[in-house]
Amino acid sequence: MTLMKHLLGAGATLALMAGAAFADPAVIFDMGGKFDKSFNEAAYNGAEKWKAETGTAYKEFEIKDNAQREQVLRQFAEEGVNPVVMVGFMWGDVLGKIAPEYPDTKFAIIDMVVDAPNVKSVVFNEHEGSYLVGMMAALASKTGTVGFVGGMDIPLIRKFGCGYAQGAKAVNPDIKFISNMTGTTPEAWNDPVKGAELTKAQKAQGADVVFAAAGGTGMGVLQAAKDEGILSIGVDSNQNYIQPGSVLTSMLKRVDNAVYEALKEGENLTPGINVMGLANDGVGYAMDEHNAALVTPEMQATVDEAAAKIKSGEVVVHDYMADNTCPAAEF
Amino acid sequence: MDYATLLQVLDSSIRLATPLLLACLAGLYSERAGVFDIGLEGKMLIAAMTSASVAAIYGSVWLGLVAGVLASMAFALIHGVASITFRGNQLISGVALNFVAAGITVLIAQHLFGQGGRTPSLEGAARFLPIDLPLAGAFASVPVVGTLYAEVISGHSLLVYAAALLVPLTAFVLYRTRYGLRLRAVGENPASVDTAGVSVRNLRYSAVLITGVLCGLAGVYLACALQAGFGRDMTAGRGYIALAALIFAKWRPWHALWACLLFGFFQALALRPDVVETVTFMKVPVPFLDALPYMLTVIVLAGLVGKAIPPRAGGEPYVKER
Repeated sequence: MTLMKHLLGAGATLALMAGAAFADPAVIFDMGGKFDKSFNEAAYNGAEKWKAETGTAYKEFEIKDNAQREQVLRQFAEEGVNPVVMVGFMWGDVLGKIAPEYPDTKFAIIDMVVDAPNVKSVVFNEHEGSYLVGMMAALASKTGTVGFVGGMDIPLIRKFGCGYAQGAKAVNPDIKFISNMTGTTPEAWNDPVKGAELTKAQKAQGADVVFAAAGGTGMGVLQAAKDEGILSIGVDSNQNYIQPGSVLTSMLKRVDNAVYEALKEGENLTPGINVMGLANDGVGYAMDEHNAALVTPEMQATVDEAAAKIKSGEVVVHDYMADNTCPAAEF
Repeated sequence: MDYATLLQVLDSSIRLATPLLLACLAGLYSERAGVFDIGLEGKMLIAAMTSASVAAIYGSVWLGLVAGVLASMAFALIHGVASITFRGNQLISGVALNFVAAGITVLIAQHLFGQGGRTPSLEGAARFLPIDLPLAGAFASVPVVGTLYAEVISGHSLLVYAAALLVPLTAFVLYRTRYGLRLRAVGENPASVDTAGVSVRNLRYSAVLITGVLCGLAGVYLACALQAGFGRDMTAGRGYIALAALIFAKWRPWHALWACLLFGFFQALALRPDVVETVTFMKVPVPFLDALPYMLTVIVLAGLVGKAIPPRAGGEPYVKER
């Protein structure tokens, strides 16, 4: 009798949950947290935009440690959430394992490729966006030296640096390019003090524009650039407002668009690899009132011209991750 | 490498060494009194968050300083209660406090400002600004010594000079005062102190609270002087490097200063791989430079450069004989 009651109860709960969860999508953020002013926040903005347009709620989760990844994916899949959108390359391994177990659930992963029939993988051509801000840096530099501060030394970050160096050299072939990585452990994403010191060290070597692709460490880069009276370039989201008048521009990675599209497609999510580049507005550079005084119309015209050439395929920016080499810089 | 580059590296070394030095001296008091403290990191973090939050809200770095130091002292007191009064395991209490600090700082900052666990950027009076020492401008034109004074010694924030003054002060307190003698004794042989009629408990509590004050200063320096605000996990392991420096210095104040300056110098060198390459004529991997402080500590621990003997009663709660 008690067993029967339990079973019935469980069945009823499942049915209720399935009903409530029907067609409810979910967005799962990575460890930076959804208000990181950067990558995750862009994803959050995309989801909020979809929510405002459709009036439909979505479930969300912010993970706090790696052990939660598998747990939360399973839980959402069991609840019947569809589709499940996750942001960050760190989800790759876990999703590769979970996706085949829930063939009826659609998953979308941003920043990583997972090869499964029910997974949509969205990756970005960061090297193209970095190329544009590299051009911008070279155009704005008076010393003929530009700097790059990466977070953790991983191929993805070198891809940013390599695209940036190529862009800078396209404007000025003799430009001096300085690159530093903050570290080799995940702590390198959250060390603003070291980011600031790296910026000061690069300034001492002559750099007057520094591009930070370093998560929370980048806050230190932007701050030090302002303190030292040089220019900085933000990353992922539009970070121009963080130090107005000192951030030259930001390399935009339209994670918000990717999340928005994935939610819009809903249960009919098209599996496969989706590359977001300049051609489909997946990457770009940011212009707003905070950097209007720093960027002349000529600079903008030069950069836009290059962007058009990349879109048409006339100019091809080398992707570091394609062969782990960079023609324009050494890491 | 030209002289100007050397000065730049030394300047950077001093900035990077200061939080290590403050945390290292903090650990010195606690460990000399026989209470191991692995929670330097957590105390720095809570002080960094509290000071940046208070400074951001009230626009005064001095209020921030007081609040940051008090927050760090509160954490130190918890460590004291756990390890002195309740005779708990000191390492576990320290580790636990580190975890609490990592979580609660982000939680509070997010609740206060809603910027993802970050505090707003501090400006003007909400931040310790670099101060020029007297005559720095006049000396700047004097070659070698003058530029060294103007570029490296001058132009840091107040807390850097405070940290430097704390070294002779600590040495004096430790070796020349009655309190220092008792403090060292309580870390070596608490029973003898007890026999002499001095309270082991009070001595250890006082040491732990001093640790709290100094860790607080280290955290405030990170958030309100080096940086202009708090960011999650911004201490980035400096509390542990300070512990390594403490072992390297064999629990002595002046040696702590040299150890921290050396570690700071290594950190500054790691920022300039180009300089290292021109000096050594080979490409030295940056991670190697990052790992140097730890490697040196292991060498010292292995007994290759004299012996590193920790305070004898360290880590053991004192149980009064009945």
